[in-house]
Amino acid sequence: MLSEALLEVKNLETNFYTEEGVVKAVNNVSFSIGEQETVCIVGESGCGKSITSLSIMQLIPESGKIENGEVNFAGRNLLEMSKKEINRLRGNDIGMIFQEPMTSLNPVYTIGQQMIEPLQEHLLLSRKDAYKKAQELITLLGIPNSEKIINMYPHELSGGMLQRIMIGIAISCNPRLIIADEPTTALDVTIQAQILDILRDIKKELNTSILLITHDLGVVAEMADYVIVMYAGKIVERGPVMEMYTNPQHPYTKGLLKAKPLIGERKESLFTIAGQVPNLAELSDSCYFADRCEHRMDICLKKHPELKETSANHSVSCYLYEGEAVR
Amino acid sequence: MSETLLEVKNLKKYYSSSKGIFSKKNESVKAVDGVSFTIEKGDVFGLVGESGSGKSTIGKTILRLHDKTEGEVRFKGEDVFSLIKKDLRRLRVQTQLVFQDPFSSLNPRIRVGDAIGEAMVQHGLATNKDVREKVLQVMETCGLSPYHADRYPHEFSGGQRQRIVIARAMALNPEFLVMDEPVAALDVSIQAQIINLFSELRKKNGLSYLFISHDLSVVEHLCTKIAIMYLGNIVEMATKEELFDNPLHPYTKALLSAVPIPDPRVKRERIILKGDIPSPVNPPSGCKFRTRCPIATELCAEKVPEFRDVGNEHFTACHYV
Ligand SMILES: Nc1ncnc2c1ncn2[C@@H]1O[C@H](COP(=O)(O)OP(=O)(O)O)[C@@H](O)[C@H]1O
Ligand SMILES: Nc1ncnc2c1ncn2[C@@H]1O[C@H](COP(=O)(O)OP(=O)(O)O)[C@@H](O)[C@H]1O
Ligand code: SF4
Ligand code: SF4
Ligand SMILES: [Mg+2]
Ligand SMILES: [Mg+2]
Repeated sequence: MLSEALLEVKNLETNFYTEEGVVKAVNNVSFSIGEQETVCIVGESGCGKSITSLSIMQLIPESGKIENGEVNFAGRNLLEMSKKEINRLRGNDIGMIFQEPMTSLNPVYTIGQQMIEPLQEHLLLSRKDAYKKAQELITLLGIPNSEKIINMYPHELSGGMLQRIMIGIAISCNPRLIIADEPTTALDVTIQAQILDILRDIKKELNTSILLITHDLGVVAEMADYVIVMYAGKIVERGPVMEMYTNPQHPYTKGLLKAKPLIGERKESLFTIAGQVPNLAELSDSCYFADRCEHRMDICLKKHPELKETSANHSVSCYLYEGEAVR
Repeated sequence: MSETLLEVKNLKKYYSSSKGIFSKKNESVKAVDGVSFTIEKGDVFGLVGESGSGKSTIGKTILRLHDKTEGEVRFKGEDVFSLIKKDLRRLRVQTQLVFQDPFSSLNPRIRVGDAIGEAMVQHGLATNKDVREKVLQVMETCGLSPYHADRYPHEFSGGQRQRIVIARAMALNPEFLVMDEPVAALDVSIQAQIINLFSELRKKNGLSYLFISHDLSVVEHLCTKIAIMYLGNIVEMATKEELFDNPLHPYTKALLSAVPIPDPRVKRERIILKGDIPSPVNPPSGCKFRTRCPIATELCAEKVPEFRDVGNEHFTACHYV
């Protein structure tokens, strides 16, 4: 068991009010991240991964509303903080990395100008020292010619380089937690390997915790200590990484693991999960996975099952396991 | 006896890039820089490589969707680039292209049933009378329901839209399909459905594919032959079994080792390549991979390695294989 929680998300609920109706993007989600722990959230597109991470930082789009829950970070509820307090925390104690580095960088400022800003603001470094530190960071991230790069503009760099710069900015003030939302999804595999390597090094050297969001079960297996599987805005299963891969329980988790082709496997056909994810504005009272589930029972159509612990730290939301858990 | 469907010889495609007001020279992007391969009937030929390596350009050039710079493309023995209009029309039926993003290739104002039927009628594969029936048939083959025919593209999920585009291609009863990253934008569970559909279509209709992908696990699952590309060249080409059981080129080995394995029990040595892919405007001298190759020597900067058969129909271009 890892040390006590650095971040604790409790009963988080975020909804969007749209013409179609209420989109329950994050539907009563709870989990925690320990010191120096890497927690991965995995699931298909639209299941609420990004909105979960954005809710933590009060960064959700305007039509969205956080309607319930607590996000405790180092003893304080982030959801009760003012925008100003949150902004201070962000870039100081919590660093964020997104899928598209271009969306977080300003095209009219040089890399250097954007890197020194948080260093001056949060670490109160002089301009000169901030530049020096920025250059060190660039070198640390394996980018050659830091003195040249620092004066370049974002569009002059490749996606892989920009993502490294984003990591540089995220770690520049020695954060305790890094939130990375699909940081390698837009990158080629050889570049992804570089970035994952850097994240692992950072964790070791700076003792940070990481919340890593991805849809790639391969990335999860390599990076995670603890895994959260989301489906239709809900956590359907969560557990330590070894457990999740050797003893997956939820039919959806099992299906995801079986549906992915593996190198060296060479099967005739792939396992498929029939159908598609439900519309989050039209959720019924059944288990949200019911219309795609091979094991559906009568009870599954009555109510979405609650998340229940089946072994140490391993919980699943499925009626197939309720008997066992109660036993 | 196998029958050659597509033969590509020393194909080159350079784009002129006069990007940027400051660049005086009209530099050329060597997107495809001399590739040769053949596809036999029934093959699923996988083209793998990182972004910018020239995969899409090959796909479009062999279908003559734009001009070539040099080289030869033969489809069933005929030189694709010297076809007259009538024969080109025939080629447009026999060969079809499916892209990664199905939305961009569907007209939002046309019902999907009409979109599928349109080309059938146009090419004389259906009459106004029996087109509906034929559309529903091909939709069923591709896992779509009859009621889908009267809906518009935006009413479908990504996976369903990809089925629609595949159905539209299949409606012309082609012999050869170029699939450009057809599952890259799909979630795992939907990706598996579409991949199985490809396998079924191949078995049932005797289709051959050029399957473009950056995902080695998908390629291994689906393809019979595989070519690995780097900066406009094929660096290694072999049967699926040869390529995965006995990879030879340092780039292939690095690519394979970079794929994350979804099993936390597997720990392995990873070859981390340094740096980025160089620009195809000014590729490195000698072996283009040398700036990132872990075993490059001086020879690699001086001499272009020959693309040669090392036995078992296994081709590679490296001085040290
Ligand atoms: N601005 C928005 N307005 C309405 N719905 C939204 C908005 N942003 C996200 N959603 C919805 O919230 C759900 C969760 O989205 P997201 O967290 O981005 O998914 P993921 O990151 O897992 O792909 C999706 O169903 C999505 O359609
Ligand atoms: N129309 C075009 N004009 C100029 N350059 C192009 C054009 N299309 C592609 N390229 C360039 O050609 C190279 C190969 O591109 P592409 O064939 O799309 O690669 P891939 O499909 O492997 O990602 C890239 O460097 C790309 O920028
Ligand atoms: S609760 Fe029922 S429908 Fe839902 S995943 Fe479990 S068995 Fe399937
Ligand atoms: S020729 Fe040289 S640089 Fe190229 S792959 Fe072989 S060893 Fe590496
Ligand atoms: Mg997301
Ligand atoms: Mg492409």
